[in-house]
Amino acid sequence: MMAQHLPILPILLPMLAALVLLGLRLDDARQRLVSITATLLLVGISTLLLDQAGSDQILHYALGNWQAPFGIALTLDRLAALMVVLTAVLALGCVTFACAGEDAQGSHFHGLFQLQLMGLNGAFLTGDLFNLFVFFEILLLASYALLMHGGGKARVGAGLHYVVLNLIGSALFLIALGVLYGATGTLNMVDMGQRMAALDGDQAALATTGALLLVVVFSLKAAALPLYFWLPRTYAAAPAPVAALFAIMTKVGVYALLRVESLVFTDTPASAPIQTWLWVAGLATMALAMIGALGARDLRMLVAYLVLISVGALLAAVGMDQRASDAALLYYLLHSTLVAAALFLIAELIDRQRGQAGTRLVCGRRLNQQRLLGGLFMIAAIGMVGLPPLSGALGKMWLLQAADDEQGLWLWALLLLATLAALIALSRAGSVLFWASHQGKPGTQRAHPAQLVGVLWLLASLPLLTLFAGPVSGYAEATAAQLARTDATLDVPETAPLAADPGARP
Amino acid sequence: MSLLWTLLAPVAGSLLPLAAGRRNRRWLTLTALIPPLLALLLLSLTLPELLAGGLPRVQLSWMPALGLDLALRLDGLSLLFALLILGLGSLIIVYAGHYLHRDEPDARFFAYLLLFMGAMLGIVLSDNLLLLWLFWELTGLASFLLIGFWSRLSDARRGARMSLVVTSTGGLALLAGILLIGQEVGSLALGDVLAAGETLRASSRYPLIVALVLFGAFAKSAQFPLHFWLPHAMAAPTPVSAFLHSATMVKAGVFLLARLTPALGDTSLWALSLSLIGLATLLYGAWFALFERDLKGILAFSTISHLGLITLLLGLGSPLAIAAALLHILNHALFKAALFMSAGIIDHQTGTRDLQRLGGLARAMPLTATLTLMATAAMAGLPPFNGFLSKELLLAATLDSRLFGGLGAAVTLLVGLAALLSVGYSLRLAVGVFFGAGRPDEPATHDPSRSMLAPGLLLAALCLLIGLLPMTLAAPLVTLASRAVQGSATPTLDLALWHGPSLPLAISVVAVLGGLVAALRQPQLARIVALFPRRDARWLFEAGVIRLTKASLWLTLRLENGSLQRYLALLLLTAVAMAGLGLAQVERLTGERGVQPLDGMLVLGAALMVFGAVGSALSHRWRLVSLLMLSVVGLSVALTFVRFSAPDLAMTQLSVEVVSMILLMLALFFLPQRPPPWVSTRRILRDLLVAGLCGLVVASLNYALLTRETLSIADFFLRESVPGGGGGNVVNVILVDFRGFDTFGEITVLTLAGLATYKLLNRMKLFMPAGNVEGIHWSRHRHPLILAVIAQILLPLALLVSAYIFLRGHNQPGGGFIAGLITAVALLLQYLARGYDWTRQRLPLSYPLVAVSGLALATATGLASWLFGYPFLTSTFGHFQLPLIGELELASALLFDLGVYLAVVGATLMILVNLGRVTTVHRPSIEEEN
Repeated sequence: MMAQHLPILPILLPMLAALVLLGLRLDDARQRLVSITATLLLVGISTLLLDQAGSDQILHYALGNWQAPFGIALTLDRLAALMVVLTAVLALGCVTFACAGEDAQGSHFHGLFQLQLMGLNGAFLTGDLFNLFVFFEILLLASYALLMHGGGKARVGAGLHYVVLNLIGSALFLIALGVLYGATGTLNMVDMGQRMAALDGDQAALATTGALLLVVVFSLKAAALPLYFWLPRTYAAAPAPVAALFAIMTKVGVYALLRVESLVFTDTPASAPIQTWLWVAGLATMALAMIGALGARDLRMLVAYLVLISVGALLAAVGMDQRASDAALLYYLLHSTLVAAALFLIAELIDRQRGQAGTRLVCGRRLNQQRLLGGLFMIAAIGMVGLPPLSGALGKMWLLQAADDEQGLWLWALLLLATLAALIALSRAGSVLFWASHQGKPGTQRAHPAQLVGVLWLLASLPLLTLFAGPVSGYAEATAAQLARTDATLDVPETAPLAADPGARP
Repeated sequence: MSLLWTLLAPVAGSLLPLAAGRRNRRWLTLTALIPPLLALLLLSLTLPELLAGGLPRVQLSWMPALGLDLALRLDGLSLLFALLILGLGSLIIVYAGHYLHRDEPDARFFAYLLLFMGAMLGIVLSDNLLLLWLFWELTGLASFLLIGFWSRLSDARRGARMSLVVTSTGGLALLAGILLIGQEVGSLALGDVLAAGETLRASSRYPLIVALVLFGAFAKSAQFPLHFWLPHAMAAPTPVSAFLHSATMVKAGVFLLARLTPALGDTSLWALSLSLIGLATLLYGAWFALFERDLKGILAFSTISHLGLITLLLGLGSPLAIAAALLHILNHALFKAALFMSAGIIDHQTGTRDLQRLGGLARAMPLTATLTLMATAAMAGLPPFNGFLSKELLLAATLDSRLFGGLGAAVTLLVGLAALLSVGYSLRLAVGVFFGAGRPDEPATHDPSRSMLAPGLLLAALCLLIGLLPMTLAAPLVTLASRAVQGSATPTLDLALWHGPSLPLAISVVAVLGGLVAALRQPQLARIVALFPRRDARWLFEAGVIRLTKASLWLTLRLENGSLQRYLALLLLTAVAMAGLGLAQVERLTGERGVQPLDGMLVLGAALMVFGAVGSALSHRWRLVSLLMLSVVGLSVALTFVRFSAPDLAMTQLSVEVVSMILLMLALFFLPQRPPPWVSTRRILRDLLVAGLCGLVVASLNYALLTRETLSIADFFLRESVPGGGGGNVVNVILVDFRGFDTFGEITVLTLAGLATYKLLNRMKLFMPAGNVEGIHWSRHRHPLILAVIAQILLPLALLVSAYIFLRGHNQPGGGFIAGLITAVALLLQYLARGYDWTRQRLPLSYPLVAVSGLALATATGLASWLFGYPFLTSTFGHFQLPLIGELELASALLFDLGVYLAVVGATLMILVNLGRVTTVHRPSIEEEN
């Protein structure tokens, strides 16, 4: 029976876990048990999903048994499965890390965390634009609540910017949806894509307007150039496991852009301006984030800018819109999400052992576990910069290769320069934190085993992505091919046939 | 396959010293020796195939999408380098075992060293250019760790970072070059690339490719003007300098040049770039080596000079020159490693490397002196050492070359000058350390243990032996390597110390004599040199980095000034611009439906809304007034819904309006009562512009859409509502059935909002004003009696109404959402009227629990359909005959709606009560103030 409901399990499982966590008054230990168990299960389920999607058949799940353009359908294709797996893997590392005690610094951490996962998975799985809006809202509120976790002036201040901007974003999302619905009369992505392609004249221009507005909203989520200024401070202020989980939040925007670009707006008049915008905004994001990284005076801020660099690269790749670039960006997306999360967690470990100096890039006292943290930092930094032997290098090389002649000039220059900037910034940071800070008596804080497990779980993905680069890149290529296919998505998603006699429905 | 194991031995073996534990140094050294020796053994297994004229290769697929294979080859060039890497590496490990102090983290040192060795081996064995690049960058990382090994010294940290940044910059350029090669050739396999020389040279992007590749190679091989990192990398422990900065890593650049010669070479661009840069580097290094005081400094500049020599030879490009380059790679590695070892020994035994403080050590350290003098002689190019052979070949090749046309003689002269200088600095080093007067206050020193000397002595002996028996010891290897580079063009080497009188020999003799003079006159020359300000590249580099950092920070702070208003303006303007882009393509804004006739009510309603909106903005300094104005807008919207026959929406809007007004009132209470100072007119104009543009765009969109017909899915809902959803109220059926999943999500959002508010307010301690701005106290009657009484009477009525609205929702305007809001308002009224504590005692409800149970109920209803084999949230309905009541239609959606109701009540009250609670908990008492 479960196999039939597989596509919705990644949404319902965290929901049920959240209900247990929020509804029953469990002590800390039990909460952790429930949360970790649920996340582990999610990893398992998402792997099943990946396997299912690997058959190249797109699964649809008609909620309420209503046929797709009318009801809401979940769509499980390769891309969705990949994102769900990424979320689950990332979440397991974050939640394990949080179990070291950070979860108990405020109320409802685990419940909110699970709801956040529900929102993420829903956003990746839904095939309906309005439903995507709903899941974006869940994402937003859960992330806002998590951002506040532990309290503190910086968090509340940064959180205000975050939530106000994103609420405006939601309003724009609604306006865009209204316009798109008004022009096409539907909300299902496939259906909308087909109807948009058939529109002409002013109706098409109106739909284009809606599409462009939607792209602005997704660009805000993804943190593209004029819209990213809130991100560094917010991420730097967030509690470590939350900041680590946020590594996927920008990728939700990238995902949404990739999804609508390939499924809804492809072959419509909206496609060209969207691509131009993404290409330019992506490159510009990279350029400014690189400058931000060079100037960063705090490790967390630095990591936030490095996240932005990777976002810029991903956006530019979405803008390139070729099969090769899509595949490369998916591989790089996996890598950059996990490594950024690991770096945020490592920053927290460093912070704890540096006392007053925290993560500011100044000489402080010696770290208690200097060698251990130095090693972890080194590995994560190599991954983040994109140096061999870790997967970042492979991802970047692939992105570079995917650019065609005309695009190549810009992408190559900026991506290579950004790599250099990241290298300069991170080598300086590592040198200050681990080499120059050798005086003074180290404190007594030690990293909690759960924290180390969390970090190692995320870091382990880098050598694995490198070692299994062949199969992973193969999957990414197949995903890109699936996204590029228009014939598979031409018919309205099939669902279980509607019962003719309403009374016969259960 | 044994090739793969050859590579893996040092890479995997780098973990061996770490695993070996800290037994003692000898044990650790032996452990660290296992990987290179094993690799040498494995290499010898592959050797027969190579000697038989084959090309041993291994190819494993890695990332086909990228054209990246784990492909290795062993040709002559690889062999030459592999032997150097593994052979010298083993000697260095023995040496390092004695060199490191007892309490230094030696296991880590050996691990880094082996990692480096593996990476270096990877470069020379790679049969795929991308793979080569991966190892190339890996050597940079390993050398970063090795140079920074004494991380407490700021020189070590700076040197490490500088070498990393410079070589990585080159590495990134090289990557671009390699990818371009891949695009031109269509493959990154080395065999394909080497065979595609014609294609590459004919390509329009050939100059770009050459520039990028050369940049990478020159940065790695410390060619002028990218040489400056090498002297500063001397902050590394001496074994590292001996290994990385003489024999291996810096040779990676020239290796690459040799490797790619068949593909990229043989053009004047290639030849001129290499030979000119090489010549400049040769002279530059030799000149500055003459004026260094630090032993390792001399060696570093000498290394730069010799790397320049090799580059120059590769640039000259004649078969003989290339063979000479390969020979010199071997020779230089041998004598320079020996010299570094000796510098390390001297440093180790005397505690200094400063020429000014050293002298007369020949008697105290005879073995060290022997080793050093032999290696120095090789470096100076004196017979009968190996350095002489390559120098003669260089001079011969320069004389033969037609590359420089009429300038050929000048080039030969310059090369001769470099030879002269190298004799000069070699002499100065040897004499300065071992002869002359030592400082009297220095304590007596002696030779180190024999096993520390052994590696160096062995190398020095090799220098001599190669000089004496070049055809036996060097020629076969060099010929093999040369064949890998230039194939059949490989010359028959005729290496010998004595070829009879010739022009090169004459130049050599002059150079030696001149070198003698230069060494003697060095102090005078130094005084002249000191007249010119010497800009150390390190300071330029560091200052550059600092300036870059500062400028970046400045720009970042300018952009991200932390102003929410600015970020909002950017967001809205972006949206306006993008929407404007789309709207610009609309030819006629008015659609085919045209404009409906206006009537008085509509005009009045619209005017009211505009008045409310504008009033709210104008009166923002009087917050209460502004809020009331805002509610005018909200209520007008509700009326609009009524007017256009949307009673459900009207009811929802009305109840939402009430709840949010209460919420805002509560929030206003905590905001500073004094309005912020009047903002500048510019800001107001900006905001007016942004708001005006937004309004214009949204209004145009609305207008355009409302005047058009669209074939939408709405008809389906109207048609299917009763037969499929079992409810006459389409809005409600959409909410709980057709698109129940959206509602499911939205109640989750609502609950989350409640929880977020709870989290936010939980720890917040707000200042609660006791009076208003004018200093008038708020009324002490916090809970007026009339309100309390009315609220109490209203409660059951309101609950009844909400129950009614809830139940009829499926067929008439109403439903769980509206009912929930009504209940919430009614309960809230009790809190307002009686205070938090009073109500809490009588209504001990946990609102989070209420909301969560609502969510749980909705989830359970959804899951129930699984039991019947239908997807989540599939609804059903039936008609039941109940006694007394009669026929009743019940839909499973009703249970879902009940979940919605509970979630709405719980979440709304969670938000409002929490906000109210803050006021109660931290209540300042007016009595105290009085």
